[in-house]
Amino acid sequence: MTQQAELLVDDQEKGPESEFETPGRWRTVWRQLLKSRQAMIGLAVLAVLFLMAYIGPLISPWEFGEPDFTAFYQPPSPEHWWGTTQTGQDIFTSTMVGLQKSLIIGLLVAVVSTTVAAVVGAFAGYLLGLTDKALMWVTDLLLVLPTFVILSILAPRLDSGSWLIFVVLLSAFLWMVTAKMVRGMAISLKEREYVLAARYMGLPAWKIIFRHIIPNMSSLLIVDATINVVAAILAETSLSYFGFGIQPPDVSLGSLIAAGTRPAPTHPWTFWFAAVLLIVTVLAVNLVGDGLRDALDPRAKARRRKRRRPAPAAAAGPVRPAAGTGRVQGTSEKAAGKAP
Amino acid sequence: MTTTETGITAAADTVGADGPVLEVTDLHVTFPGEPDDVRAVRGVSYQLRKGEVLGIVGESGSGKSVTSLAVMGLLPEGAEVTGSVRLHGEELLGRSDEQLAKVRGKRIAMVFQDPLQALTPVYTVGDQIAEAVLIHSRRTKAQAWARAVELLKLVGIPNAEQRAKAFPHEFSGGMRQRVMIAMAIANDPDVIICDEPTTALDVTIQAQVLEVLKAAQRETGAAIVMITHDLGVIAGFVDRVLVMYAGRPVETGAVDDIYYRGRMPYTMGLLGSVPRLDLGERAPLVPIEGNPPSLTRLPPGCPFQPRCPLAIDACGEREPELVAVPGSDHQAACIRAGEIEANNWGVTDIYPVPEIPEDTIAQVPRADRQVVLDIEGLIKHHPLTKGVVFRRRVGTVYAVDGIDLEIREGETLGLVGESGCGKTTTLMEILELRRPARGRVVVLGRSTDRIGAGERMRVRRDLSVVFQDPMASLDPRMTAYDIIAEPLLAHNHPKDRLRSRVMELLDLVGLSAEYAGRYPQEFSGGQRQRIGIARALALEPKLVVLDEPVSALDVSIQAGIINLLEDLKARLRLSYLFVAHDLSVVRHIADRVAVMYLGKIVEQGEVDRVYGAPAHPYTQALLSAIPIPDPEKERGRSRILLSGDLPSPANPPSGCRFRTRCPKFLTLSEDERTACIDTEPPLRGIGDTDHGAACHYAEEREVV
Repeated sequence: MTQQAELLVDDQEKGPESEFETPGRWRTVWRQLLKSRQAMIGLAVLAVLFLMAYIGPLISPWEFGEPDFTAFYQPPSPEHWWGTTQTGQDIFTSTMVGLQKSLIIGLLVAVVSTTVAAVVGAFAGYLLGLTDKALMWVTDLLLVLPTFVILSILAPRLDSGSWLIFVVLLSAFLWMVTAKMVRGMAISLKEREYVLAARYMGLPAWKIIFRHIIPNMSSLLIVDATINVVAAILAETSLSYFGFGIQPPDVSLGSLIAAGTRPAPTHPWTFWFAAVLLIVTVLAVNLVGDGLRDALDPRAKARRRKRRRPAPAAAAGPVRPAAGTGRVQGTSEKAAGKAP
Repeated sequence: MTTTETGITAAADTVGADGPVLEVTDLHVTFPGEPDDVRAVRGVSYQLRKGEVLGIVGESGSGKSVTSLAVMGLLPEGAEVTGSVRLHGEELLGRSDEQLAKVRGKRIAMVFQDPLQALTPVYTVGDQIAEAVLIHSRRTKAQAWARAVELLKLVGIPNAEQRAKAFPHEFSGGMRQRVMIAMAIANDPDVIICDEPTTALDVTIQAQVLEVLKAAQRETGAAIVMITHDLGVIAGFVDRVLVMYAGRPVETGAVDDIYYRGRMPYTMGLLGSVPRLDLGERAPLVPIEGNPPSLTRLPPGCPFQPRCPLAIDACGEREPELVAVPGSDHQAACIRAGEIEANNWGVTDIYPVPEIPEDTIAQVPRADRQVVLDIEGLIKHHPLTKGVVFRRRVGTVYAVDGIDLEIREGETLGLVGESGCGKTTTLMEILELRRPARGRVVVLGRSTDRIGAGERMRVRRDLSVVFQDPMASLDPRMTAYDIIAEPLLAHNHPKDRLRSRVMELLDLVGLSAEYAGRYPQEFSGGQRQRIGIARALALEPKLVVLDEPVSALDVSIQAGIINLLEDLKARLRLSYLFVAHDLSVVRHIADRVAVMYLGKIVEQGEVDRVYGAPAHPYTQALLSAIPIPDPEKERGRSRILLSGDLPSPANPPSGCRFRTRCPKFLTLSEDERTACIDTEPPLRGIGDTDHGAACHYAEEREVV
């Protein structure tokens, strides 16, 4: 909140003579994001999760995969912060290592699949014709393929280190439904006057798609990306559960939860920590997604309320009396004071 | 009329023939809201006598519609209404919805702006009118149906017996509005409230509907409340006027007093900002600065003070009451009304008249100027297809069917016509810069059927566009700066001079540079349109295509935009292709005008010649249909009423396309008619000028 106040002051101190701020699109979005409390909380939680995931294993007294033969199924204690498993492995260390994988897979898959969906859908919807036919044929084809079977066939053949391929595979099966929605929206956006205006000023199609079409569906895309984070983590979890995803000795939150489900009723710590971290991750991503959506959409309600105060003259701002030349006479307080 | 109706009228008469039929006193309407209440109506009072027509004018958001909804008791639950509304001395406010329902439709009726929303799509119009009759009177269904048919005949629906069995979507906009009027007068009401009844209609249809309203009033003797923003409609139709501003009446009186002896600067400014169809000389319009105030947090003084050229410190102290002008029932809410009266000030005395620089190019003879746009025989047909799997062509929409246009440097060509005549299709064909199906489009000497991609890009530099809806034409996710910079970036403007150019453009269109970082929705309509114009001018084009650039704006704002366009044209030597359905605006801004009807140009020529002595019957009808904001002139005019609606462009009549509606055709002999039916008239010059009309029997006639 203090940050917001500072920004407002910053805005007001600029008189009509000074260099007016004309921030670029992304800077504006970033600033709006900074102003959004929920987005900041979400980002902070995500940052903490990342820190934990990467620093946790370093500060833990136990190495990943190192068994403690004196402690099997021990509850949390100063020795083993989050308890141990059946084989005496430190749950804290392995959860942190699992968290690393899950975070990266979840976020990467979401970004990749939503980007693919946006690009494929927007190009198909904007260009129509042959491009549309070809792209939609591929989309439909992927939609009818049994995802799970293919993943479970392919996954065991991958090396344990090549989780990047796993990311690509997961993304490849998550984008199609969104792409179809995006295509529909692109077809309707194409008729908007601002898109026509851009076309008539000679902008090439790909520029129009990236400047006008895709940004105007950012709400949909962000909601989709947030859902995809969850979907990716869950898909990875279920694949891991069946033993196809992340292969041991590598772990992920999914494989940890899978391993913890059986002893959970009697030794709940084997299950709960990984499950809670999964929930926290998903919540944090949702918060960031909501904040980002508002920041990208200048029409968002929350944002307008915040802007109203610094610029009361915005709605009824000054227009030059006539078409004459001369300088503009501002009616807003700030301009009135310093205008020549 | 049947006995039941006379019974009602008799009951009404017992209150006294002189007493007001409807009396509204100190009406206030507040919509509770967060963080502040919206005070939409603040103290409206008026009286309506039998057979009187009261006009309520004001810009959007002035509270004129809310006032009438409050009278009808149709406001949403949450609205707080105080004051008094008396119908024949009976209080209506505070009655339950059930009690009001007995009055509504029987003694007060309403005609809405959008007749499609006001009619139920699943019942035939005959059933709907019969229902209105049945609710309020004891009749059999057969009688009610007969009455419905009778009413449809009264409002001029041809073939009433058959058409009564049709559904609302089978009627055109004008016909639907007639049905609404038929429904409104079904029970012989004492008061008819018309809320912008003709705003959504084309001018020729508007003239028909106003005629029907007049006929309906003669038939029923009802008093009418006419709510509109069109000062021309008011001038010809009403007896008294109530001008509203920010939820309050600011001036009221007889129509002549308001139009010729205005005492409130707002009314005067409003009248001064309307472009006039009947005035040939180009006096700049008088715009009212600024925007109407927000109704949530009004300052204590006169709400018009921030925009008023006569404002003094005392204006800010308290809101002025309506004060009578001595010797009449003319009232004005202005503390300087007396001064205006004493000095006999007119609108140009109190408002600063903007200076439009002299157009230097106008001195060069037209023939010596460069041709900027040349269109020859342009054709655009859309196929009509049927079927999903096996698409087959079942017909053709002749959207644009062979038109010629020519625009020279520094010239404004107005392209006018009713909706559906092919104006917009023509524009899109020009802007696409593709090879047309047939014909030629030549922009600055470069024909679109021969140019490659690079050349087309260069043409785009010289050709830009301003759209109608300033909200829809600006990307809501981009700041004003980005919007204006977009064409510059697309055409590789040097990056280091980008910023200065954007600021220069903002200044050019009269916007302060501090607005560069704002988003379109933070601007008012007029400001948004200025951004649209700045974007269009970014690349210093030679030709700007303007697609109804002012029709979405209020009159006072519109005047500012028109002045801006004229100023820019003179300073930057632009040529405009100005597409509009508002012929008054076109007369004001254009040098030449082309009138379109069903994909063809029926008349073309110098503005003053076409408006002064139109030769084509369609142009004559179109011009005569436009109301002029001058009560005396309006009373003296006779309208040429066209029958029916625009035929479908998929199935245009043979020969002359206008013959099905042509008033002249009706007067011709059988032999003369064959020419109209068989051969399509070409655009023929009249005398030795380049004024041409496409009519076999063209004859100049003064109609304005």
